[in-house]
Amino acid sequence: MLSIIVVVMLTFIIRLFYLQIISDEYKYYAKDNAFLEKTIYPSRGLIYDRHGELLVYNEPSYDVMIVMQEAKNLDTLSLCKILHITKAKFDERIREIKNKRLNPGYSRYTPQLLVSQISVEEYGELQEKLFKFQGIYIQPRTLRGYTYQNAANILGYINEVPKKVVEENDYYKAGDYIGISGIEKQYEELLRGEKGREILLRNSHGRIVGNYSDGIYDIASEKGHDLQLTIDMQLQRYGEFLMQNKIGGIVAIEPSTGEILAAVSSPSYLPSMMVGRKRSENYPVLNNDPNRPLLDRCLKGRYAPGSTFKTVNALTFLQEDIIRSQTCFGCRMGYQVGHFHLGCHNHRSPLNLSESIQHSCNAYYCYAFRNMLDNPKYGSVSAAFEVWKNHVVAFGFGYRLGIDMPSEDRGYIPNSLVYDKLYGKNRWKSLNIVSLSIGQGEVTATPAQIANLAAAIANKGYWYTPHFLKSVMDADTIITFEKHNVNVDAHNFEPIIKGMEMAVNATDGGTARVARLDSIVVCGKTGTAQNPHGKDHSVFMAFAPKDNPRIAIAVLVENAGFGATWAAPIASLMIEKYLKGNIAPQRQWLEDRISNAVILPNTQ
Amino acid sequence: MPKRKVHIYKNIDWQTNLFYVLLLLVGWLNIYSADYNPEIVNEGLTKADLQLIWIGVSALSAFVILTIDSEVYQIFAYLIYALFIVILIATIFLAPDIKGSHSWLVLGPIRIQPAEFAKFATALALAKLMSSYDFTLEKPRCLWKSIGMILLPVVLIILQREMGSALVFLSLILVLYREGLPHVVMLIGLLFVVLFVFVLRFGDMQIADTLGSWGLFGALILVLLIGLVVLSLKGWQKIILRYVLGGITLIFLLVFVLNKWTSLEIKYTITALAVTLILGLSSFVYGLLRQNKGLILVSLFLWTMSAYCYSVDYIFDNMLEYHQQTRVKVLLGLENDPMGVGYNVNQSKIAIGSGGFFGKGFLEGTQTKLNYVPEQVTDFIFCNIGEEFGFVGSVAVLLLYLFFLFRLVTLAERQISTFNRVYGYCVVSIFLFHILVNIGMVIGLMPVIGIPLPLISYGGSSLLAFTILLFIFIKLDASRSERMF
Repeated sequence: MLSIIVVVMLTFIIRLFYLQIISDEYKYYAKDNAFLEKTIYPSRGLIYDRHGELLVYNEPSYDVMIVMQEAKNLDTLSLCKILHITKAKFDERIREIKNKRLNPGYSRYTPQLLVSQISVEEYGELQEKLFKFQGIYIQPRTLRGYTYQNAANILGYINEVPKKVVEENDYYKAGDYIGISGIEKQYEELLRGEKGREILLRNSHGRIVGNYSDGIYDIASEKGHDLQLTIDMQLQRYGEFLMQNKIGGIVAIEPSTGEILAAVSSPSYLPSMMVGRKRSENYPVLNNDPNRPLLDRCLKGRYAPGSTFKTVNALTFLQEDIIRSQTCFGCRMGYQVGHFHLGCHNHRSPLNLSESIQHSCNAYYCYAFRNMLDNPKYGSVSAAFEVWKNHVVAFGFGYRLGIDMPSEDRGYIPNSLVYDKLYGKNRWKSLNIVSLSIGQGEVTATPAQIANLAAAIANKGYWYTPHFLKSVMDADTIITFEKHNVNVDAHNFEPIIKGMEMAVNATDGGTARVARLDSIVVCGKTGTAQNPHGKDHSVFMAFAPKDNPRIAIAVLVENAGFGATWAAPIASLMIEKYLKGNIAPQRQWLEDRISNAVILPNTQ
Repeated sequence: MPKRKVHIYKNIDWQTNLFYVLLLLVGWLNIYSADYNPEIVNEGLTKADLQLIWIGVSALSAFVILTIDSEVYQIFAYLIYALFIVILIATIFLAPDIKGSHSWLVLGPIRIQPAEFAKFATALALAKLMSSYDFTLEKPRCLWKSIGMILLPVVLIILQREMGSALVFLSLILVLYREGLPHVVMLIGLLFVVLFVFVLRFGDMQIADTLGSWGLFGALILVLLIGLVVLSLKGWQKIILRYVLGGITLIFLLVFVLNKWTSLEIKYTITALAVTLILGLSSFVYGLLRQNKGLILVSLFLWTMSAYCYSVDYIFDNMLEYHQQTRVKVLLGLENDPMGVGYNVNQSKIAIGSGGFFGKGFLEGTQTKLNYVPEQVTDFIFCNIGEEFGFVGSVAVLLLYLFFLFRLVTLAERQISTFNRVYGYCVVSIFLFHILVNIGMVIGLMPVIGIPLPLISYGGSSLLAFTILLFIFIKLDASRSERMF
């Protein structure tokens, strides 16, 4: 043991003797400031839509950097004049730079960010007089530019990297840019590329004399990957046009792939509002807006699904043999048991399954739902309820869909424990929770989940995880998204699809006649989501065409009342726009009526 | 068991304590200096302040350890070990991703690395196992038990993606060696490392462009030679000198001639492999006929080692992570600077080299403050010593470590009980390994493996863990005369 210790120490001492006394190589480079480490920023990946249209690109911009060690005799006043900042502001900035808590990577030998994104004029003037300001450098950067001022909720934005990320991730240095939300955040690592580095040598006058060791320690930067999204930008823009002055969301999905064609959240903001220095002015305003433009209602708005949820229930009851397609229930303006009454509207009675969807009969679902929960084959109400819940969850409710976005709400589907807690174990009966049968009560869902339901029905039994990324354009990465089966047999979808077709197209009265198109068979289901805080929300989900569906859509307009009034026409216009390219002249009035309507709680 | 009452403070080894305090002092001064910046408007605690708090915590825990009855450590050794194994498992799942590793538990403002504390727990358990009745390393069961006890935390810490800390536990093999592990095991272990390095280092050089790599060929020849030497010692001396050596030379000459004058391209590596395997086979057959276990073992050695030589590339490509491969390649001079690793080490060498004979003086270092040297208060703290205190200061610190380790070995050797002695050697091995790898890395003799310099590097977990490790031993030593068995 002793000999091992001696050998180790001797080796070290010999090595130190070589490094510190014999070799000159290391002393030569150790003069003050011999090195200047320069980061080479890669250009961030571009973003395209599904048709290859460029959506997000890079614009040059310039940051002013300062190396404290060199900036000793700085002519602060004239610098401030060029940069259009006050002396007080300059001093404050220097204090911030030197504060290790605000700026953990501080070193007085390396460039620190003084002012970000100066204007072209400022850049011109500073570049001209740069020789006067020792220790001041200009660092070229790129800002994001947008072809269209739309889809802010999807694209997201970039900004200076937060302090916490700098501490935990070696890649980022204070002052770097990082995706903060949306696609920019989700695919940050693909988009950003890899930074490069140049090690320059300077002589004692501060002049750069070349690359250290002929550049063997330099690293070339790697350009970020370009991304192609699944969204159809023209459809997205049309959706935002229709939703202007309204609150709510539209989600459109291609059923056969799960690709999201459009995700409109209204109100929203212009992507350019979050670029560069403008962000610090705009962000607080947007954040305090009572209509919450920063909230992505498509993925994070929680709403009762209302009658659109009847389709899930109908499929569950069929699969569990509780009803057949020809099963009829009567309804006289509602569902009545003892003192309990749940209203319905005026329609003929009794109705079979397809007709119950067509007319959106409440009583039908109350009967069927209670028949399922009270069916002795499950043993108990709570056991039956768990079976019901598992069916609902298989359609994508109650959990995050797994959309490729940084955050998504899971909606809410209660399990039997929730009711055990509320009423006591085995103390609750099917009647207590009967409002679940018509999509009210405890259940909530996001517009994305409702659109996904439409896609699952369109596919007759499966759905792909909805997603925004179509391809990584300059890489071999093949992106696949999971296929989920809903465990309902394909033939059970027939009466539901028929009911949805009749709701839109039947001549003997349907809830969504306004969504009818002459040339395309649209299948749809209206809904009215109860809103405890005010007027009910208008919901509609649909897919089209009936055979080989190409688009599944959900529309939700807050405080707009019945689903048929506002959500259904919006959905039909979106479908027409996507499948036909434009709106038929005889429907132009509908487009005008919708786009001109103002449905805001604060203006009524 | 009768116990003699011994006054603890009279029996504490004050030399060890003195070295401990000196090392802490060296550490604190250098942390203060490396983190020092006169221009900074200070808000909140500096690293030096925080380290001072940790030194206080460590002193307190050292005091507590000295007051606890020394038998407690032996009685609860397995329990402590089990506890830390559970914590290590939990850490894999609970720890957030901090710079790629999942080894830090975050408790409010404090971050703790359980792997640091698992060291003393493993040392205690190993000492208890090896001091148990009837334990001897010659029994395979005992040997495997001890090796398993060491490997369990290694595996768990690798799962936390903290390669450096995991390797530290392997240093405990040294203890087994002290306690009678046969030299053969050590030599074979060494051979594994040598072959690995050899195959990698010369793996890209081809013999005559296409006829196999020099690395693999050289490694196989080395295996073959060792096999021949061992066989000579087993009584094959005459046969080998008369026939085998000549035969082998003849085979290689034949291959050489064939390659030269015909279009056959026989790889030399394949030839070397064939020769080694045939030698293995003949020794196996002969061993079976003569019922000679030794010969069979030699054949096993030849076969295993040649298979190993062939799998080095696979192990390197698949079992090591990309950044680890890079570090090894940079050290072996195979790659220059793909990820900046070489650059860091180069910066660190420049910092130390610029210190010269006497150094630049306290707080006068420039290279370490450039923020070019990474982790300058933790893993690369020795840079600061080298730069500011020069060759004189660096050697002084090395000598301080040398005396410290010598003292610990002396203490370990004077123990009466096996438990105390084994534990003492565990302490020595862990300290030595840390010093070897850390300073070796900083001066460019070892690959970049992030482990702290004991008692000098900045960091609460490591300081506290080393204090506990050390003071348990000081306590055991101080009360050695209490135990008469």
